[in-house]
Amino acid sequence: MEQIGFLPPKAAVLARRDEIVGDLLDLLPEGCLVHEPRELVPFETDAFVSYRRVPLAVALPETTAQVAAVMKYCHRYGIPVVPRGAGTSLAGGAIPQEDAVVIGLSKMSRIIDIDYANRTATVQAGVTNLAISDAVSPDGYFYAPDPSSQLACTIGGNIGMNSGGAHCLKYGVTTNNLLGVKMVLVDGTVIELGGKALDAPGLDLLGIVCGSEGQLGIVTEATVRLIAKPEGARPVLFGFDSSEDAGACVADIIGAGIIPVAIEFMDRPAISICEAFAGAGYPDDVEALLIVEVEGSETEMDDMLRAIIEIARRHGVKVVKESQSATQAALIWKGRKSAFGATGRVADYICMDGTVPLSQLPHVLRGTAEIIERHGLRVANVFHAGDGNMHPLILFNANDPEDAARAEQAGNEILKLCVDVGGCLTGEHGVGIEKRDLMRHQYAEVDLNQQMAVRAAFDPQWILNPSKVFPLEGRPAA
Amino acid sequence: MSVIHDPLSEEATSRIIRAAVAASSPLEIRGGGTRTLSAGGAGHDILSSASLSGIVAYNPAEMTMTAKSGTPLDDVEAALSECRQMLSFEPLDVRALLGTGGIPTIGGVFATNASGPRRFVAGAARDSLLGVRFVNGSGEIVKAGGRVMKNVTGLDLAKLMAGSFGTLAFMTEVTFRLLPVPETALTVVVSDLNDAQAAAAMATAMSMSVEVSGAAHLPESVRGRFLGGRLADGAATVLRLEGLSASVSVRAEKLTAAMASFGPVGTLDPADTAQLWREIRDVHAFADGTARPVWRISVAPTAGHQLVAALRLETGVDAFYDWQGGLVWLRMEADPEAELVRRYIKALGGGHATLLRAAADVMAATQVTQPQGEAIEALNARIKEKFDPAGIFAGNVATGARY
Repeated sequence: MEQIGFLPPKAAVLARRDEIVGDLLDLLPEGCLVHEPRELVPFETDAFVSYRRVPLAVALPETTAQVAAVMKYCHRYGIPVVPRGAGTSLAGGAIPQEDAVVIGLSKMSRIIDIDYANRTATVQAGVTNLAISDAVSPDGYFYAPDPSSQLACTIGGNIGMNSGGAHCLKYGVTTNNLLGVKMVLVDGTVIELGGKALDAPGLDLLGIVCGSEGQLGIVTEATVRLIAKPEGARPVLFGFDSSEDAGACVADIIGAGIIPVAIEFMDRPAISICEAFAGAGYPDDVEALLIVEVEGSETEMDDMLRAIIEIARRHGVKVVKESQSATQAALIWKGRKSAFGATGRVADYICMDGTVPLSQLPHVLRGTAEIIERHGLRVANVFHAGDGNMHPLILFNANDPEDAARAEQAGNEILKLCVDVGGCLTGEHGVGIEKRDLMRHQYAEVDLNQQMAVRAAFDPQWILNPSKVFPLEGRPAA
Repeated sequence: MSVIHDPLSEEATSRIIRAAVAASSPLEIRGGGTRTLSAGGAGHDILSSASLSGIVAYNPAEMTMTAKSGTPLDDVEAALSECRQMLSFEPLDVRALLGTGGIPTIGGVFATNASGPRRFVAGAARDSLLGVRFVNGSGEIVKAGGRVMKNVTGLDLAKLMAGSFGTLAFMTEVTFRLLPVPETALTVVVSDLNDAQAAAAMATAMSMSVEVSGAAHLPESVRGRFLGGRLADGAATVLRLEGLSASVSVRAEKLTAAMASFGPVGTLDPADTAQLWREIRDVHAFADGTARPVWRISVAPTAGHQLVAALRLETGVDAFYDWQGGLVWLRMEADPEAELVRRYIKALGGGHATLLRAAADVMAATQVTQPQGEAIEALNARIKEKFDPAGIFAGNVATGARY
């Protein structure tokens, strides 16, 4: 399976490989540069494992100044730079290329400052998402965005992809919880955007940097918003006879003015896979399952759940399981949170990430089923229904190139369907290389040109993560 | 005399912009004109959104709306209130403060990133903006973002448009997310705290699981200007709770108990709560019909009162605080003292100050927006050039918005 292209490596850079490695060794402390071919292999891909490129070298700086020194050097010689957090991108955002220096942030994993009075945490970019919440949890706070990979993924990577998670229906995605960054521009200049104040002067550079997939600079530190933990949280599980009923129930909950913290959807194949793996007690005789979580005081949760259950009953809900204890609540979530891992045990899969307007959910679910059937594949649907962010997992056999090509083709068709009903290609995983060549389906040439022009305002030579996001043809001349 | 262009379509807008580029004649982009201190500004021709009006799509079950940029905010809010929904960021209305007329438009709300009290927990206008259509300085019609709540497809140009004050492009259509109107709201009032005690009380309130959606401190000097003087004597530290009725009363009990250790506690009913937070939002205390300089200052919440205390030692100021103390509304007795204000902001950990009001000659002589340092100013200039290569969008000279 090798259909997505990369930029051809620059011969001049490859030819200078040994010299570049020598220079970088001089710029960095001992143990901060990986350059032996065997040791470079772990950096050849990310969680989009179908594609691999061994980089020229991997810098693992310990400070912002070292990141700046490497960037300045690469900029001077036109060497591509690929930033890397934990390498958990599902879209190939961290896959390097043969002529690139990877700047990995794994050694920058220190929490710098926790300020409860101002409800902020300032951390180095290599800190994992979950480490922030773990650090502040004993004092009653949390960091809201919670991507499924939160145990491993870094805040720097989250900023690169503007990551979401199951609970962003109420708390928003990374961009809504990010107050400031320290970042290194392509020429090695260090700037600070935002900080502990709520909004910054001038153009919203922080807003454009968040979700820019490492194409505008490398974030080395971030200040994020902390939130006081709710008094309690309680999920309820609903089983329905059809996906349509479940979809209509979601639309009615939102339409009734109730904003749960999460509404997660699973279809029958996803239910069986997760139940076999996690033993979460999911019903085995329903076509669709919803996990709806509310939070607040006991009174508030009772009120909201009563209203939500009433709506579900209007849509003919077949199974209602209220969690009576923290253990039961954790079990309900365990099934959902293990969905990707559990699916990986059953088959190879690619995970789509299109987002659609809520009213289009049933239509897109039907369309997805048709597309999958036409290609002779299988699909498991598990996704954030409250915000229309769908995650069809297309199952295939990676050892069969034709099957793999069919899966990729089916994925592309599903994403196009999402765009055609008023949605978008990616809700939280990013474009990377995976969806790069579909960008023209979502944006007209003039729209993409405007984005690329802004990109060029930061990186005129296109050396930052250059094979990603924008189709390789039709880019402005450097 | 400046000409007012009032296009009916994106295509007509494009023609006007191309003609202006050809004639090297700058355009000042105008929404409802609520921030226009003097008609015509610097004498540039005006490009107005007044005729681009109307709600394009509203689907309450998706909590999103699409409207043409010139749609009056009143029309948007009327449509929303029929379905018990709202703009979560409470856009402020500057007219009373600035002594201006005009009609706030939805495009102007986003172009100025106008955000009120709920901003510190629910995000600013920029956080609600999902998609935009605009005509850039080359006359190209561009769309960015979309109409779904989660979208990381390409660069988030909508964020750049929010708060760009008409310096990058002319917005023609905006799509934004909505929230349901809370069933009820009340305000817990802690009386007679000094600014530092109030900062501590607000930080304590925000550390609790009670979901405070508004946290402001109104010192004794301004307290009488709110709610027609009906707030209890002494400074008022006000904390808003919103949501389902049963839940709000439980949370109010909890919050009241915790605040009792700071000072005397009272509550305001939903009607007074609505009025009070509208007045805080619109800077009612300084809507005094004068041209005395008013700064809008954004700092870390615990730095707000320290800033004001430091300034008081050197010059005559009056102030009140929103966003848990992080938004300082500062009125100067005489001169704007820009250098002094910004020096103390820097010393207290950083932030920014924008001069929102002063006499025209004072505005002209003052750096009204925060200088940002060479590297960032250079980035801003390069971005501006990518949207508006001919520099045809002059910005609003009166508000000092120019990048």
